[in-house]
Amino acid sequence: MSSQVAAMPRKTRGPWAVAFAKLATDRAAMASLAVFLIIVLACFSAPLYAKWAGTDPFASTLDAVIQIDGADVPVMEQSTEGLGLGYTPIGPTWRLGNYFLGADSQGRDVMARLLYGGLNSLLISGAATIFTLIVGTMAGLIAGYFGGITDTVLSRLLDVLWAFPIYLLAISLSIVTIAQGIAIGPIEIQSGSLWLPIIIIGIVYIPYVARPIRGQVLALRHSEFVFAAINLGVPGWRILWRDILPNITTTLIVFVPLMMALNMLTESALSFLSIGVQPPAASWGTIIQDGQALLYTRPLVALVPGLAIAVSVMALNVFGDGLRDALDPRSKVRLGRD
Amino acid sequence: MKKLLLAASAAALLAGSWLAPAQAEYLKEHRGGTIRLLARSAAGTLDPHINYTDQGWQMYQPIYDGLVAFRKAEGVEGFSIVPDLAEALPTVSDDGKTFTFKLRKGIKFSNGQDLGVKDVVASFQRIFKISGPTSGTFYAGIVGADKCLADTKSCTLEGGVVADEAAGTITLNLTKPDAEILYKLALPHAVILPADTPAEDMGSKPIPSTGPYMISAFDPNKGMTVSRNPNFKQWSEEAQPDGYPDVVQYDFGLSEEAAVTAIQNGEADWMFDALPSDRLGELGSKSMDQLHISPLSAWWYAPLNTRMAPFDNEKARQAVAYAVDRNTLVKLFGGKVLASPVCQVLPPDFPGHEDYCPFTKNPGAKWSAPDVDKAKQLVEESGTKGQKVTIIVEDTAISRSIGVYLQSVLTNIGYVADVKPISSNLQFTYIQNTNNKVQMSVTQWYKDYPAASDFLNILFSCASYREGSDASINISGFCDKDIDAQMQKALDLGVTDQKAADKLWAAIDKQVTDKAPAVGLFTPKRLDFVSKRIGNFKFNPQFNWIITQSWVQ
Repeated sequence: MSSQVAAMPRKTRGPWAVAFAKLATDRAAMASLAVFLIIVLACFSAPLYAKWAGTDPFASTLDAVIQIDGADVPVMEQSTEGLGLGYTPIGPTWRLGNYFLGADSQGRDVMARLLYGGLNSLLISGAATIFTLIVGTMAGLIAGYFGGITDTVLSRLLDVLWAFPIYLLAISLSIVTIAQGIAIGPIEIQSGSLWLPIIIIGIVYIPYVARPIRGQVLALRHSEFVFAAINLGVPGWRILWRDILPNITTTLIVFVPLMMALNMLTESALSFLSIGVQPPAASWGTIIQDGQALLYTRPLVALVPGLAIAVSVMALNVFGDGLRDALDPRSKVRLGRD
Repeated sequence: MKKLLLAASAAALLAGSWLAPAQAEYLKEHRGGTIRLLARSAAGTLDPHINYTDQGWQMYQPIYDGLVAFRKAEGVEGFSIVPDLAEALPTVSDDGKTFTFKLRKGIKFSNGQDLGVKDVVASFQRIFKISGPTSGTFYAGIVGADKCLADTKSCTLEGGVVADEAAGTITLNLTKPDAEILYKLALPHAVILPADTPAEDMGSKPIPSTGPYMISAFDPNKGMTVSRNPNFKQWSEEAQPDGYPDVVQYDFGLSEEAAVTAIQNGEADWMFDALPSDRLGELGSKSMDQLHISPLSAWWYAPLNTRMAPFDNEKARQAVAYAVDRNTLVKLFGGKVLASPVCQVLPPDFPGHEDYCPFTKNPGAKWSAPDVDKAKQLVEESGTKGQKVTIIVEDTAISRSIGVYLQSVLTNIGYVADVKPISSNLQFTYIQNTNNKVQMSVTQWYKDYPAASDFLNILFSCASYREGSDASINISGFCDKDIDAQMQKALDLGVTDQKAADKLWAAIDKQVTDKAPAVGLFTPKRLDFVSKRIGNFKFNPQFNWIITQSWVQ
């Protein structure tokens, strides 16, 4: 029986299956993925939460009164002592659906805004990541494969983009476009559109992706299978698509969580500076900005979105590291059966 | 006008003699020490002919002098004009176009130079040579100003400002009577500087002064030290009284939160910036005796672009005015103690102000509640329902809050609205420039001097509208030839009969309010938080807290 088994050809797994198996054994990466997915699910449930709570997270509700334990409580509480100066938004009630995290200075439910804010932050960072990967990969592929003047021009363009401090460039682009939007020929993006921060963040990180991709393509361009394809008369675009792109896919996959984390931070920074997501829409950055004026009385308004950014970015980074290890054939991650 | 000036002069003399002994006694008891002030940042250039900020103007009060000054007093008295470097208020010719001042003798600048009539002439020329921000408006009525405005470098104001060295007099000739000229001469842009002061923005370099204090050190990133002028001898207590502290130390860079804590801990005496909103409750209950609430002649308002849809339609503008809940805005600003709802342009207790509010439930004198149904009806009637409106606000917590609230209001009455916060440094010029196609914005106007024209004529006259310019202060682009003619009539009337002119200004205020080129939001009050050791706090309605009339020991 045992000799029979030994004689059977061993079933080998493909590289993706191996990578997935490796990833599955990385507890830190999987835990991070779980945390991130929970955040994503929570954020995508924002409209449901707002509907269930009966709150409009975008409208000023300074005169709203809510019920807590049968008692009417105003959302904005006026100081009753001394000169009676100022209004303080209600603090956390810790009751889901009823100002769980309290209100902001407009009397809006912070919990509902946190979920909507997360939704916008995730959408922007995700879409900007896709934009960066597509444009960066195209630039890297073309520069690396065609070389010569094409490479020189594209590389210098990337160098120019790279030469600007990332945040300075993003802030400059935002300030220029924030009030009037963008109108290039038939393409028109309104000033309040989420596409503006997506494109701005996407553009500033293109060199981040394009340069390492170009390096990889340069190496692949001089490999034997590419020479063989060229000598067989295979067109350049087909070589790029069928032979080179598959070989850089793992790099691109590793880029996804890392770029998303970077983009999330950039989006938050721009929104905090009022040049990202525009009010009354929310992102975690705008909620921190709103909370800045309440740090003394209602610190949670700024702290909770800050924590959400920190946890999301950390989860994405740890998962990104695990993904890199899993996709790296030289990785020392040991699999139980191999 | 002559009679009016003589009466003011006599009242000034009376008030001065009445106050003198008390101040002398207090000076003996409380003179000395250092007042420590805080601000997030410096007020810009030190040059008094250029600086156009509240912060700068307040600090110049004990440092620089003009021919006349606003009385250093509290309440309405603080709006009265008294002679400063001039011996008395000027004699005015019958046609109201010539003003003759006699300069006081024996006054020295802080650098030891004697003050003379040549310094006065040079200072007036300098207003134009440096293209001062109000040279083309406040001082454009001086004879020769048109040439100076056309060619600043070779400005002489020939025939406009004439000095008589022997008699020690200066004669100011105007192209036409100006009832507000003395107010304009009492502003920091018309202070007298040494004749050899370079005709360029002096930036961070202090210019010698005549007042009881001089700027002895300045670093725009760190702070300013103001110390006693060794050459000062008090000549008029009501115009330029000697001060109590020996030094005023003004430090820059601390945030508002940190400044409040510093004052609470006795490490600083006062902060220029507005108190952070989340500290108001605490301060209002625990530090009541350190807070001073004072009325301001100011207006928070939302200009509506009368030359762009949807607000080129009067009904659409009125709809917004009806829909805005001023109580909510007052709440956002900190409550009724710190602001009052308004509908009209002229602030309460201001010349020409008569209570008026057409855009409220139960229209009448005062605003009572928003009338949203009426607003919706007007939007329907105007045919502008569903149009897109963008509100441009300053990137500050309060301005952003107001913008977000207004966005809710506009959405509620049928518009598709959004809000754009823009850096505070840029917003005010951005909303003025017609190229930016701003439909609606949120801004404030603080009076330069106590005259109705400083609100109505400046903010809503046809002449204040300049296409494509960053300095088009008529942000609404409002231009009504009939109202314009009435404003000119009121200005002319003010030369001979100020009361009648104020009556006319009140009528103009109502007409402008009815046309709703802007939505009045509220009138703010000034909240000063001082340390426990500050004594004798006095608030001047023109230049706010009179810093050096308070003591620290």
